Amino acid sequence: MMWNSAADFFAMGGYGFYVWTSYAICAACMLAEPLLARQRHRQAFRNAALQTPDNEETA
Amino acid sequence: MIDTAQSARKDFGRRLYTFAAPSRFYALTGWLVPLCWLLFFGFAAAGLYIGFFVAPTDATQGDAYRIIFIHVPAAWMSMLLYLVMAFWAGIGWAFNARMASMLARAIAPTGAMFTFLALCTGAIWGKPTWGTYWVWDARLTTELILLFLYLGYIALVNAIDDQRRADQAGALLAIVGSVNVPIIYFSVKWWNTLHQGATISVNAAPKMASTMLTAMLLMTVACWAYAFAVVFMRARAMALERDAHAGWVAALVQGRSKGE
Repeated sequence: MMWNSAADFFAMGGYGFYVWTSYAICAACMLAEPLLARQRHRQAFRNAALQTPDNEETA
Repeated sequence: MIDTAQSARKDFGRRLYTFAAPSRFYALTGWLVPLCWLLFFGFAAAGLYIGFFVAPTDATQGDAYRIIFIHVPAAWMSMLLYLVMAFWAGIGWAFNARMASMLARAIAPTGAMFTFLALCTGAIWGKPTWGTYWVWDARLTTELILLFLYLGYIALVNAIDDQRRADQAGALLAIVGSVNVPIIYFSVKWWNTLHQGATISVNAAPKMASTMLTAMLLMTVACWAYAFAVVFMRARAMALERDAHAGWVAALVQGRSKGE
């Protein structure tokens, strides 16, 4: 193990701010995008259900 | 014997072709999406573990270099996805294949996101190593143009109401814009750039420790799986939107509500 402690790991040899900011931005984007895509799919499914005439479900 | 082999091959070809139908595509990707997410989590966990706990500290850049494990895969994906988008947009235009056009549209936001990530992580990495977040260097500038091409494509296809005409206009922009991709790739060779040259290439040994390379390649596979999953999710939503009045969607919706 090359890190002596958790604090050592988060410090990243003094570059902690740069490394963790990069990964935080990536994590945020790669979390938001699938959630938006899932929401769009659900919305499309709901709209299709509303447009199907003999379907009593409205939700 | 030959006859059966031939008919089997023909049958396989026809089966591949049937996935051009939105209904088949929807059904196939329904089970591909969870599989892609599974692959994504597996490869990302392995890549991050090796990248942060096995790969040694870089001799010249210290631990700041660990940004590479997300920066390089994101940059590769940004270029690759653009070519894939232009390819499917072109197929959709040439063969009037609706699903191919939808796939091209579904790829654009993911490609734009990876381009944004490549630029963003590159800027954050540039500060401690170059002393600046941004320079108007050939590699950085062409990658920024790639982001504008993605955004221009998205804006164009959404600005035209007639969907098929929008698909065609988008295909033209995507195909013409793809000339930018080789320029990005070779920019570090053709011009004197602050950005470093290729770390790994086809005809030379990788210029990095093998554990670093392993982490980077694992993260690249993870990004591929991510891109497949999210693009399929978006393409499925688009298929439902465009085919809202089609029989297969009605059957799907009714089947789902009966089952519940």
